[in-house]
Amino acid sequence: MTSFWAVLSATLVKDIRLEWRSKDALNSMLFFSLLVVVIFVFSFDPLAEESRHIVGGLVWVAFLFAAVVALNQTWARELRNQVLDAYRVSPAPSNALFLAKSVGNFLFVSVLEALMTPLFIVFYNLHVLGPAWQLIPIALLGTWALVVNGTFFAAMSLRTRNREIMLPLLLFPISIPAVLGMVAGTTAVLTGENSAHFYIVLLLTYDVVFTTASLGLFGTILHAE
Amino acid sequence: MNAVKFLFAAYVATWVIHIFYISTIVRRLSRLRQQLKELSRGK
Amino acid sequence: MKRLFPILSIVTVILLAYALYLALVVAPTDALQGDVYRIIYYHVPSAWTAFLLFFINFVASVRYLARSKPSTETAAKWIAIAIGVVGFIAPFLPPVRKLIPAGMEPGAVATTIVLIPVLYFVVGKLFPGDRLDVLAVTSAEVGVVFCTIVLVTGPLWARPVWGIWWAPGDIRLTSTLVMWLIYVSYLLLRRFSSSAQTQMLAAALAVFGALDVPLVYLSIWFFRTQHPQPVIGGGGTMDPRMLHVLLFSWMAFLLFGFLVCWSRFRLELLRREVEQAHAMESLAGAGVSSATSLPLSRSTR
Repeated sequence: MTSFWAVLSATLVKDIRLEWRSKDALNSMLFFSLLVVVIFVFSFDPLAEESRHIVGGLVWVAFLFAAVVALNQTWARELRNQVLDAYRVSPAPSNALFLAKSVGNFLFVSVLEALMTPLFIVFYNLHVLGPAWQLIPIALLGTWALVVNGTFFAAMSLRTRNREIMLPLLLFPISIPAVLGMVAGTTAVLTGENSAHFYIVLLLTYDVVFTTASLGLFGTILHAE
Repeated sequence: MNAVKFLFAAYVATWVIHIFYISTIVRRLSRLRQQLKELSRGK
Repeated sequence: MKRLFPILSIVTVILLAYALYLALVVAPTDALQGDVYRIIYYHVPSAWTAFLLFFINFVASVRYLARSKPSTETAAKWIAIAIGVVGFIAPFLPPVRKLIPAGMEPGAVATTIVLIPVLYFVVGKLFPGDRLDVLAVTSAEVGVVFCTIVLVTGPLWARPVWGIWWAPGDIRLTSTLVMWLIYVSYLLLRRFSSSAQTQMLAAALAVFGALDVPLVYLSIWFFRTQHPQPVIGGGGTMDPRMLHVLLFSWMAFLLFGFLVCWSRFRLELLRREVEQAHAMESLAGAGVSSATSLPLSRSTR
C-alpha cells in the first residue's frame, strides 16, 4: 500500500523537476509578473500621497493574477499525458496528489511573489511603518489561501468547456474574504495605522476551513464520472 | 417628489426581472415539449 | 396535482396585489425617509427568499454528496440530528444566551437552528436520488434571480436615502453581492461542465460557497469596524404595522418563489427526459437495442 507521504513527496519532486527542466512556464510567468507590476506603476502614480494605502491592494491583485495564470498551467500538463487517468486508477490516496499539487503550486507562486515584491518596493518607495514581521504570516497564509482553492478549482475546471476562464470565475468569488484579509492586513502593516492581528486570524481560519474542505472533497472531484 | 422616482424604479425593476426569468422558463419549456414531440414522432 | 398550479398562481397574484396595496397605501409613511422606504417591502422579502433558496441548495448539495457512500450518508444524518438537538437546547443555556444579540429571542434562535435538520430530512424524503440535484439547480437559479433583485433595489434605496449608490462597508449588501457572485459561478460551472460530472462538481462547489458565506460576513464586519463608515440610519425597532406588511409581503413572495421553483423544477425534469430520449435515439441509430430504458442516474460509460 503506497504511503501518503511517499506519494506526496514523489509527486512534488516530479513536478519541481519537470518545471525546472522545461523552464518554459517559469520564464514566461516571471516575465508576466514583471509586466503586471509595470502596468500598475503606470496606472497608479507611485508618488501620490495615498499610494501607501493602495499598494497593499495592488500587490495582492498582482499576485492573484499571477497565481491564476500559474494554476492554469499545472493541471494542463497532467492532462496532456493522461496522467490524471493514471492517478484515478492507482491506489494512491487522492489527498496526497492534491497536497502535492497544492504545495508545488504554492512554491511556484511564492517564487513569483518573491520576484514581484522587490519591484513593488523599488517602484513605490515602500518602507514599512508597522511591524514588518507580520507581513510574513500574511504572505504565507494569503498565498496558501489562493493556492489551495485554486488547485481545487483548477482540477474542477479540467473537464469544463472553457477551462482557462473557468478557474478565475470559480476562484474569485470564493476568495473574496481571503483577499480582503490579505489586502487589509498588508495595508495595516504598511501604514501602521491599525493592527493586522484580526486579519491574520481570519486568514488562518480561512485556510483551515478550505484546506479541510478541499482534502475532504478532492477524492469526489477526481472520481466524479 | 424626487425620491419616489426611486421607489417606482425599484418596483418596476423587480417585476421586469421576474417576468424576464419566467419568460425564459416558458420559452425553454415550449421548446423542449416540441423536441419531445418530434422524437416520439420519429420513432 | 395539475390543477393545483393554476389555482395557486391565481392565489399568488391576488396575494401579491394585496401586498402591493398594503405596501403603498396601508403602511404608514416613515418619519425620516418619507415614502421611499417602501422599497423595503420588496427588498427585504427578496433577500430572505434568496437566502432560504441558497440554504436549500446547500442542504440538497450536502445530501447529494453524502449519498455517494453509505458511511457518509449515516454520518451526515447524525450530524444533522446533533445540530437539531444542540440548537434546540443551547440558546436557553445561560452562557449561550449571553451571546445572542439583543432583540433576538432564544426561542426564535432555537427554532431557526432546528429548521436545519428538519429541512435536511424533509428535502431527503421529498427529493430522492437524482431529484436532489434537480432541486439544487432549481434553488440556485431562482435564488440568483431573487438575489439580483436585492442588489438592484438596494442601491435604488440607498441613493435617495444616503446619497450614495453603494457603501462598501454595508455588510448586508456587500455580503449579498458576494453570495450572488458565488452562485452565479455555480450556475456557470453547471453550464460549462460536461454532463457526466456536473452534478458532483456542482455539489462540491455549493459546499465551498456555503462555507464561504460566514467568512465573508466576518471579514466585512471587521473591516467595517476599522474604517469610518457613512452614518446609516436604521436599527432600532420597526413600527408593528410596518412589520406586519413586511411579513405579509414576504409570504406573498415566498408563495410566488415556490411556484417559480416548481416550474423550473418541471423544466429541468423535462430537459433531462429529452436528453435521455436523444441519447436513446442515438444508441438505437448505432444498432444497440434500446429495449431497456436508461436509469435517471448516470452510470460510467
